[in-house]
Amino acid sequence: MYTSKNSSSKNSPILEARNICKYYDMGDTRITAVKNASLSVYPGEFVAIVGKSGSGKSTLMHMIGLLDTPSEGEIVLNGHLTKNFKENQLANIRNSEIGFIFQAFNLLQRTTALDNVILPLTYSNVPKADWNKKAIDMLTMVGLGNRLYNRSNELSGGQKQRVAIARALINNPSIILADEPTGNLDSKTGTEIMELFLHLNTQGKTIVLVTHDDDLAEIAQRKVVLRDGEIINQ
Amino acid sequence: MRVSETLRTSIRSLGLNKVRSFLTMLGVVIGVFAVISLIALGRGMQNYISEQFDALGSNLLFVMPGRMDMTADPARNFARNKLEKKHVDMINTYASEYVENVAPHIEIGEKIRYKTKTFNAGVIGSSYVGKDMYNFDVKEGSFFTKTDETTKSRVVILGPEVVKKLFPNRSPIGETVKIGDDSYKVIGVFKEKGRAYDEQVIVPYTTLSDTFDIKNYGSISIKVRNAQDVDTATKQIRSALLRDLKPDDFSVMSQKDILSTINSILGILTSFLGAIAGISLLVGGIGIMNIMLVSVTERTREIGLRKALGATSKNIAFQFMIEAILLSIGGGIIGLLFGYLASFVARSFIRAEIPIWSIILALGFSMVVGVLFGTYPALKASRKDPIEALRYE
Repeated sequence: MYTSKNSSSKNSPILEARNICKYYDMGDTRITAVKNASLSVYPGEFVAIVGKSGSGKSTLMHMIGLLDTPSEGEIVLNGHLTKNFKENQLANIRNSEIGFIFQAFNLLQRTTALDNVILPLTYSNVPKADWNKKAIDMLTMVGLGNRLYNRSNELSGGQKQRVAIARALINNPSIILADEPTGNLDSKTGTEIMELFLHLNTQGKTIVLVTHDDDLAEIAQRKVVLRDGEIINQ
Repeated sequence: MRVSETLRTSIRSLGLNKVRSFLTMLGVVIGVFAVISLIALGRGMQNYISEQFDALGSNLLFVMPGRMDMTADPARNFARNKLEKKHVDMINTYASEYVENVAPHIEIGEKIRYKTKTFNAGVIGSSYVGKDMYNFDVKEGSFFTKTDETTKSRVVILGPEVVKKLFPNRSPIGETVKIGDDSYKVIGVFKEKGRAYDEQVIVPYTTLSDTFDIKNYGSISIKVRNAQDVDTATKQIRSALLRDLKPDDFSVMSQKDILSTINSILGILTSFLGAIAGISLLVGGIGIMNIMLVSVTERTREIGLRKALGATSKNIAFQFMIEAILLSIGGGIIGLLFGYLASFVARSFIRAEIPIWSIILALGFSMVVGVLFGTYPALKASRKDPIEALRYE
């Protein structure tokens, strides 16, 4: 079992992508989505991966989030080479080390905010007796202490994304991966969500933000620019 | 993921589509209901027949035409019926040591008419000794006598159901009814004994055989003096009849033999009907698989999300499997309750009974159906690529 939670020191990266490539073979043609990308994310960093639509940023995020395996290259998380990990081990790491936030929120339908936040705990080793308290604390932290029992369809877009953020944080992951988290929100709510990310970052959370919006990326400490699957600037 | 948590998640998922879940269960509900109630009714029939035979007493033997076993063809037996008057005499002559009474039995279906009213009754031709042999109690009037039998009198004793229909609220004794084209005088009414008996009328067999020109007897009933001599009497009657008949022309059966033959026929019939009902359980299973496949497609994003949040393929497969099993077991339990209710209602007519094995069989089978038809959708769900699943619109 993978057990090295938050073991990286300030000087060694939490996440390291070494020359990773992703290509898809379609008949005789090979489509390359990501080319020789190398990237390191250090504890407490706020990194933005920026690129136009089709630049390969989502594919890159899926690979560093261990949802997809690189065709070439390797990913090191908290000092562990993940290349030869089995499906169960990868699922275990996703559960404990990575917090995902999606553009479309991806909350369970007609399920309360509380139960949505509890969801990652059901796949963890956290004792059931602690689930409710942890989830309530987390929802209170993102400002939804008064919306615990509202079902997902009763929440606004901004509230849904806050639930998703609470869900991403519930297992105290080493890194948060947010894929266009403000894409489905109006600008005011989007700004509020970005402020929440900044707040989390000041509290020491490591955040990787994937966006096509250059202005949004300005908030991050570091920008990684992708074009046609290649990192052209970081 | 803990089993209890998977169970909770599955119940919640099914609860989100209550109507659909219920309709999916309905196939299994109907299947289990059919299996349970058919078996209960089959058992009820067996009980009913046993009771009817018990009412007759245990020292009766029956001579039936043809071979009476599972391989026999009843139509052929009756078409080649050779039992007649001389065989009654032969039993009386050669087996008198153990035999107390011999009564030929003829049965036809005929309309009984009184003025403008008619009743379709079973008309039984029996002997005056039949009264004691079959424990017939006459509640009004009297049974016919030996003289009535020898003189072929046109007298009749009516069953209580026949009286209810033809003579509501008054006594039929002394009235004349028509059986076919001939008039018969009503001399008695039977006490209630059970539906099969209550719809019959009895006339002397000599009269019936003469009037309707029936030469052969449907059966010959013999009352053995002592119940413990039934086996010896059987042998003696057989050897008496073999003087005139071939072994294949007749069978001598005790009540026990007849009962076990009927029970085995009913048993086969019940199993056969149960198996047909079991097919509807399979159809129910296909319904479950169908809906589970729809559910897997509808919840593609949920599957992707769960995988992103740490669910393994095994977790996902288990969750969908549990949902399918809950549907089938839930359907099984509801079907069982309905089946129990039906057999409870049927108990006012027949002593229907639900054997424990049929409950275990029905619930076990519905569980197997859930596992069998839930496996494919569960595997399909677990094999979904999380990225594709998260992108699914």
